[in-house]
Amino acid sequence: MNEIMTFIVTLIVAAISYSTPLLFGTLGEILTEKSGNLNLGVEGIMYMGGAIGLGGVFYYEKIVGAGNANVIVAFAVAILFALLAGALASLIFSFITITLRANQNVTGLALSIFGTGVGQFVGEYMRIQAGGYVSISNDLKEAFIASPFPNFLQNIPIIGDILFGHSFFFYLAVVLAICLHIFLKKTRTGLYLRSVGESPATADAAGINVTKNKYLATIIGGGISAIGGMVYIVTLAGCTWNHEGLAGFGWLAVALVIFCLWRPLSAIWGSVLFGALMILYTRLQIPFIPTELYKILPYVVTVVVLVISSMRNNKEKQPPASLGLAYFREER
Amino acid sequence: MHNEAKTPLIRLAKREGIRPASTWLIRIASILVALILGSFIIMITGVNPIEAYGTMIKGSLGSKVYLQQTIKIAIPLLGCALAIAPCFKMRFWNIGAEGQITAGALAATFVVRQLAGKVPSLVLLILMALASLIGGGIWGLIPGFFKAKWNTNETLFTLMMNYIIIGVVAWLQIGPWQGRQGRMAQFPAEAILPKVFGIHCGWIIVLVLVVVVYIYMNHTKQGYEIAVIGDSLNTARYAGMNVGGIMMRTMFLSGAVSGLVGFIVASGANGTLASDIADGVGFTAITVAWLSQLNSFVMIVISMLLGILTMGADTLQTNLNVPVSISHIIIGLLLFCMLGCEFFINYRMILRSKAHGKEAASK
Repeated sequence: MNEIMTFIVTLIVAAISYSTPLLFGTLGEILTEKSGNLNLGVEGIMYMGGAIGLGGVFYYEKIVGAGNANVIVAFAVAILFALLAGALASLIFSFITITLRANQNVTGLALSIFGTGVGQFVGEYMRIQAGGYVSISNDLKEAFIASPFPNFLQNIPIIGDILFGHSFFFYLAVVLAICLHIFLKKTRTGLYLRSVGESPATADAAGINVTKNKYLATIIGGGISAIGGMVYIVTLAGCTWNHEGLAGFGWLAVALVIFCLWRPLSAIWGSVLFGALMILYTRLQIPFIPTELYKILPYVVTVVVLVISSMRNNKEKQPPASLGLAYFREER
Repeated sequence: MHNEAKTPLIRLAKREGIRPASTWLIRIASILVALILGSFIIMITGVNPIEAYGTMIKGSLGSKVYLQQTIKIAIPLLGCALAIAPCFKMRFWNIGAEGQITAGALAATFVVRQLAGKVPSLVLLILMALASLIGGGIWGLIPGFFKAKWNTNETLFTLMMNYIIIGVVAWLQIGPWQGRQGRMAQFPAEAILPKVFGIHCGWIIVLVLVVVVYIYMNHTKQGYEIAVIGDSLNTARYAGMNVGGIMMRTMFLSGAVSGLVGFIVASGANGTLASDIADGVGFTAITVAWLSQLNSFVMIVISMLLGILTMGADTLQTNLNVPVSISHIIIGLLLFCMLGCEFFINYRMILRSKAHGKEAASK
């Protein structure tokens, strides 16, 4: 009994550490999609966030000298650099799809190609500059994965591990999810944004600035997604550029947006579930199911959710009605 | 004064009747802009951009071996772009070519495993091709069916289908079909596509497909139906077309062609199946198809252009030590510029002229 308990606790803890990058990626994409923009460039955005966020910390530490780095500044630098990288990538996407009216699917894929290229390039460039591999001091590495809660809370059996043992980024993501929920459901600005995603023509007629809403949601959303890439690099990858590990997170985030039906709060448990599915194969052998097939479970589950929600045709559980469609005022 | 404030600085107007020559001029200009932007990134690495581009061209077209490699990269891109074209014409956003390639290659590999050594080489190859058509077709048909029946979002569905089939192959690769060290065994010689002019004969197949797809899209009843649905779903319904049926048929055909590309890559280029067989081709091909305005002949040019960049970047890395990922950056920039330039083909910008301002003020 005790063994099972320990197993479940370690599984949940590991799942949550994998869920954090996903949760950031998903929250950003939810915000983007709520404005009716389907940005398929999340994979590229997360690459850029990962490489440039790591780069920010690396050069910050280089400038102040190892050992003198302030932990809070390091966190701020990492988040800010990732945010800016994602915002910049999404700005390109927004400009091409909103102002220049190009197809969103194609532009998103182009952004994926571009972003993975930039991420790789920056990662490689830093590696060459640093001569060998990018090294961050151990103090910072530990700070990035350390829990922000005091020891006595973390030491509570079971609850301490599950609730208080995670990195600062996880709690930040949860707070962000709650804020996003309140923003979308309870504020007037959020309502305007949703109306732009559902029916831009109606929103336009009501005097809402469609272009501004789409731009802001996509750029901020991209910035949030990019933080996810950075979180992966500084927590799970141990502050080294690891593109193989990061590959697929962006696409999984797109899947998770569907799975949680565009709801930020559902994204919290959804990301933990996906995180568990991602690592389950390393921890649990179920007879008759080969371990490699575990990895496709998140995608299978997503397809099932997508199909069922379309069959039920429940208005509450649909993609934003104009998702992926460009809005041209003169084509009304 | 009051009137002037109401005239925006830049106004947009739809451009009517632009000459084809000028459209291509704008597109070529956008490619140049992308290359100039790319040269700034090359400069970061401390390499002279002109030297770098020179190396890329030499390294992709400069010798027979390089040219063959470049064409090898372009073959699946072209084939897949052809497969995607009918779907996109129909405004069915099939981004599942990646998975359809993998499904086709998987089906072809299944045939090899069952029949190699039992039938003559030609029969085996034909059966592999047929199996890949069916395998890819079914993988495309599934999202098509749900779209037709319940209007399930096809972009997201086809995207998920990619990772499912790639996961299945990853499992086969280290599970039941494992050769050694987590890889599948190489195909026997009779399951390898023969070479013509030093390149596997996949290039002949895709060139034939260029013509077939062109005729299918522009000169057949089915192609016409696809165009009508793409222009207006309601018109198609009103005309009594079986929209769902046409969607499913088109998705099957599109998946089948992608599947065939999977067979070409597995049998011609790699000589085996692996989970990364598609290697992003399905995604890149979407951009090829779109940038070519879904015109099959233009796709040859665009896919070669991307082939040159990819192959050139390889040489750039070996010769000048520039990270190979530069090719993705330049391809990305190229796509951005070419996507953006369509705007300048479709619209013209009218600057608020001074004369107009004065006129407004004097009123």
